[in-house]
Amino acid sequence: MSEKFIERMIKFYLPLFIFLFFLLFPFYWMFITAFKSDAELYNLKLNPFFIHEPTFKNILMLFKATLFNRWMFNTFFVAILATILSLSASLLAAYAIQRVRFRGSGPIGISIFFGYLVPPTILFIPLATIIFQLKIWDSLWSLVLIYPTFLIPFCTWLLMGYFKSIPKEMEECAMIDGASRLRVFWQIVVPLALPGILSAGIFAFTLSWNEYLYALTFISTTTLKTAPVGLITELVRGDVYHWGPLMTGALLASVPVALVYSFFVEHYVAGMTGALKE
Amino acid sequence: MRISENIAIQPGKRPGRRWRWSGLLEDRTVMGMAFVAPAVGLLLLFLAYPLILGIWLGFTDTVVGGTGEFIGLANYISLLNDALFWKVTYYTFLYTGAAVFFKLLLGFALAIVLNREFRAKGFVRAIVLLPWIIPTVLSAICFWWLYDTTFSGITWVLMKIGLIGHKIDYLGDPSNARIALIVANVWRGIPFFTIGLLAGLQTINPSLYEAASIDGAGGWHRFRHVTLPLISPLLAVVTTFSTIWTFADFQLIWVITKGGPANATHLYGTLSFQRAIPGGQFGEGAAISAFILPVLMISVWVCYKYMRREE
Repeated sequence: MSEKFIERMIKFYLPLFIFLFFLLFPFYWMFITAFKSDAELYNLKLNPFFIHEPTFKNILMLFKATLFNRWMFNTFFVAILATILSLSASLLAAYAIQRVRFRGSGPIGISIFFGYLVPPTILFIPLATIIFQLKIWDSLWSLVLIYPTFLIPFCTWLLMGYFKSIPKEMEECAMIDGASRLRVFWQIVVPLALPGILSAGIFAFTLSWNEYLYALTFISTTTLKTAPVGLITELVRGDVYHWGPLMTGALLASVPVALVYSFFVEHYVAGMTGALKE
Repeated sequence: MRISENIAIQPGKRPGRRWRWSGLLEDRTVMGMAFVAPAVGLLLLFLAYPLILGIWLGFTDTVVGGTGEFIGLANYISLLNDALFWKVTYYTFLYTGAAVFFKLLLGFALAIVLNREFRAKGFVRAIVLLPWIIPTVLSAICFWWLYDTTFSGITWVLMKIGLIGHKIDYLGDPSNARIALIVANVWRGIPFFTIGLLAGLQTINPSLYEAASIDGAGGWHRFRHVTLPLISPLLAVVTTFSTIWTFADFQLIWVITKGGPANATHLYGTLSFQRAIPGGQFGEGAAISAFILPVLMISVWVCYKYMRREE
């Protein structure tokens, strides 16, 4: 028994522990920095892995001296609208491609999927000129319109996979009974696909929340910045780094994503692996 | 949606204009086209068109807020004659190669470790994904502070246990900065490989391993002859995704080093941003990002090949 235990220790617990330590340590570092005062942060005599005198000064400074809550609101606004827009478009598209199977649906499905591979670093310069021409430069609406470029390919693909797993019989029965295609879609397909829609929605929300390059490029007014951009551009001025508030901001801005994630972790994993396997 | 409900609820109603609309949607092609139109429209306008516009901009001298003239290959010729561009090319490939290699290796290893029954499996799996879902910019801030020369916790530990006698300049020294950024990227990317591959590992029928064991196959042989062949299509797709994302990375670099010190850590993405947005040179920036295109096309080709095989 003990030999078995040692084997399990070496082959399982030890590597698992090392991996978890590596993956979680930065979060611990972020967390303790958020509650340290500058005096403690820059005191080399103290052990940096513990908080000696916890302080809430950083949080206060973040909310009082910066526009942090405004940035959080902006991020929410963009993430929610972009998610709704992308989900609606993707739901219709995924159903049409997977179920209606009209002529050309196969190539259209594959093309949409390949959209997901196109990185923002290729697109941001031409998009900047387009945004400028559309006169939505320096407006949150530019982000609401641009984020679907990476959300739609992902959501469509995820939902196509989901539709594949729903049996067709119910739709066919309803159609035989004389229900129109629209009615079948709205009253049978959508309710059945709700778990898939939820997965896609969670993914879209976190992806929009995390976006950085477009928000950095298209938005220049301080009050319109999203949380990731605002923190970096406003709390780092020249050589002055406000590490305490910066870490607090990073921690707080991660909370919404972490919360959404923790509630729907099963959907998240299912979505991620589902999208990969399809 | 209301239109169809009206019709469905009152089937006896005289078919009017509305009926024809609804009737039109009964046609597969019409309905399919109508349903994909919003998605395809948005993608054509904000994805396909910019992709082509970007290639065109690379052949012009466009500056921010203005229209440019066609200047042929001038942007490309000046880039190829620029030692800085070659330095950036070198690091882009080094960064991608090293980061994808270690993400694949460590991510796969963790997937194998997690591919068994143990208590709190769901919880551990949820924790493992954290680096992937937390906004990259925010974890980049954390790494930035962790790489501080004077106050880094890593340095503190290494000095305490006597491994090093002096402080490490993580981000001020070009080679250190290059390694530091690769480590941060690997940290962020491991979960994607782990969770993706774990899903693949779980679909492998355990009886295959039993059969192999009966035939006398050891751990390595089971991995080599059962696991690997079965998981290789998924492995290829996951690696391809990671490769294009790493190759076109921007956030980590821009937050932690902004391409410095002495431009040692610029990637195509960050150099292109620096030239185009603060610098205002849209044409030159577009030409730099065009160098990402070949890798994008290879990625699309690999994914397409494996997807076709699955069908």
